[in-house]
Amino acid sequence: MISTIWPLHLRVRSGARLRPAIASAPPRVQDRGNKNGAGARGQMIEMQDAAYGYGAEPLLSDLSLQLPPGSFHFLTGPSGAGKTTFLKLCYAELLPTGGNITLFGHTATGLSRDGIADIRQKIGVVHQDCKFLDHLSVSENIALPLPVTGKGGMAQESNLNELVGWVGLTARAEALPPELSGGERQRAALARAIIMDPDLILADEPTGNVDWDMSLRLLNLLIELNKLGKTVVIATHDLALIRAAKQRVQARVLRIQGGQITAAGADL
Amino acid sequence: MAFLAVFAMALSMAAGRLADRWSDALAQSSTIRISAPPAEMEAQTWAVLTVLEQTPGVESARALSDEDQQALLAPWFGPDLPLDDLPVPQLIEITETADGYDADGLRQRLAAEAPGAVLDDHDRWRRPLAEAAGRLRVLGWLALVLILGATGAMVTLAAQSALSANEQVIRVLRLVGARDSYIARAFVRRFTIRALTGAALGVIVGLLAVAILPSARDTAAILTGLSFSGAGWFWPLIIPPLAGATAFAATRIAAFRTLRSLQ
Ligand SMILES: Nc1ncnc2c1ncn2[C@@H]1O[C@H](COP(=O)(O)OP(=O)(O)OP(=O)(O)O)[C@@H](O)[C@H]1O
Ligand SMILES: [Mg+2]
Repeated sequence: MISTIWPLHLRVRSGARLRPAIASAPPRVQDRGNKNGAGARGQMIEMQDAAYGYGAEPLLSDLSLQLPPGSFHFLTGPSGAGKTTFLKLCYAELLPTGGNITLFGHTATGLSRDGIADIRQKIGVVHQDCKFLDHLSVSENIALPLPVTGKGGMAQESNLNELVGWVGLTARAEALPPELSGGERQRAALARAIIMDPDLILADEPTGNVDWDMSLRLLNLLIELNKLGKTVVIATHDLALIRAAKQRVQARVLRIQGGQITAAGADL
Repeated sequence: MAFLAVFAMALSMAAGRLADRWSDALAQSSTIRISAPPAEMEAQTWAVLTVLEQTPGVESARALSDEDQQALLAPWFGPDLPLDDLPVPQLIEITETADGYDADGLRQRLAAEAPGAVLDDHDRWRRPLAEAAGRLRVLGWLALVLILGATGAMVTLAAQSALSANEQVIRVLRLVGARDSYIARAFVRRFTIRALTGAALGVIVGLLAVAILPSARDTAAILTGLSFSGAGWFWPLIIPPLAGATAFAATRIAAFRTLRSLQ
């Protein structure tokens, strides 16, 4: 299935078992505490006075919050406020320059490189710029985390096909990422994010460049996943999307502004 | 590289054989030449043999008979040489023990006991040659080590450029949760297999080349004698595994170092 992860003919052959979210029975949300690797107090992610700055000036500071398992969060704020930066802190692409961040019970700054990799295997990320390998087909990109994380076992082609169908990309499965439309890219990114059946889904502007109908479809995918017990964080500045979601799930809205994070009021 | 390594190995082994042959076979025998008036000849010969008997390091000594000497000289002067009429020196053949004797000490004693005796211990020219051959053998092995080192450096460079050419792929793999060992494995496998097959080919070609070199065992000349003998032909078989192990280690080190430098 994965023919060439490496463009320079560096092939990695590895059987991989597909275990997308939809293949598993919906677990009870409240059952999912420590069992799925959440921290001692049952939090997926916990921040205590965390701060981050790309340079000397802190971009974000005094971040204190908890993401409990099964919760649904929106992250909003003006462009350049630090939404992407916040999400990067959540999957340890960036480490806090101050305070403390606990990921699945592990202090982020104390993680080894392997420890970071292991935590990322439990987090599905929809990157703002998708981060595909352009020489691999859409379905190969979606299945990429499987051989990489050595989940082993026989490849279940049908599960991958089911997931590709679920995000409506069956007709485009063999296309290359640069040939996809913006909305197709974002659906493919979402499929890749959930193929490992992650406990936590971080979606960075998943509806950034799609029309309203497609936005709602993608939102519905994420709401379905949340109903399956996944913790979901969506960064967006689309307030209409947040309103639409609030009618269907219990979503908390976090607003990043001026380097601080605050719980948004009920005005949304 | 493997091709060169085969030659380095052949050189080293040929030099080793040469060194052994020269130092064992040749340097362990020497001769004493006695030139004296015919009247004193017999007495001096006995005196020399007595001295030799008492010299540590001399295994045996034998005065060549007239027939022996005639046989030695025949190729030059013909078989009818009237030895008795000529002032031909008496020759005494000495066989040394492995440790050898003290040549200077023996010379001094001979000068006192038999003034006509001259020790020709062959060492004057043989020993440097044997030493040179020995050095050539060390040089051969050193060349082998250098070739391995160069292989390691080449593999490191190639791996580093392959790693940086794949930097984007590596970043994406890290983002989806790949451990460094998973990423390194792809590179290590590729370069190890390449080194193994390349070295195997090189060894085959090298062995063929050595085999068809004009061999001249009798002349014992270093270049024409460049070959393997007996079990020596199997030694080059360690080159591919050695190259593979070198590539494995070099790529692994390069990969982990590069990976750590990527955020
Ligand atoms: N690698 C970087 N080095 C330096 N500054 C950076 C880097 N990445 C982001 N920034 C800056 O940090 C600030 C926050 O960036 P971030 O991407 O987190 O914003 P955002 O809220 O996601 O914006 P958008 O809604 O446009 O995606 C911006 O001013 C950006 O220019
Ligand atoms: Mg952003």
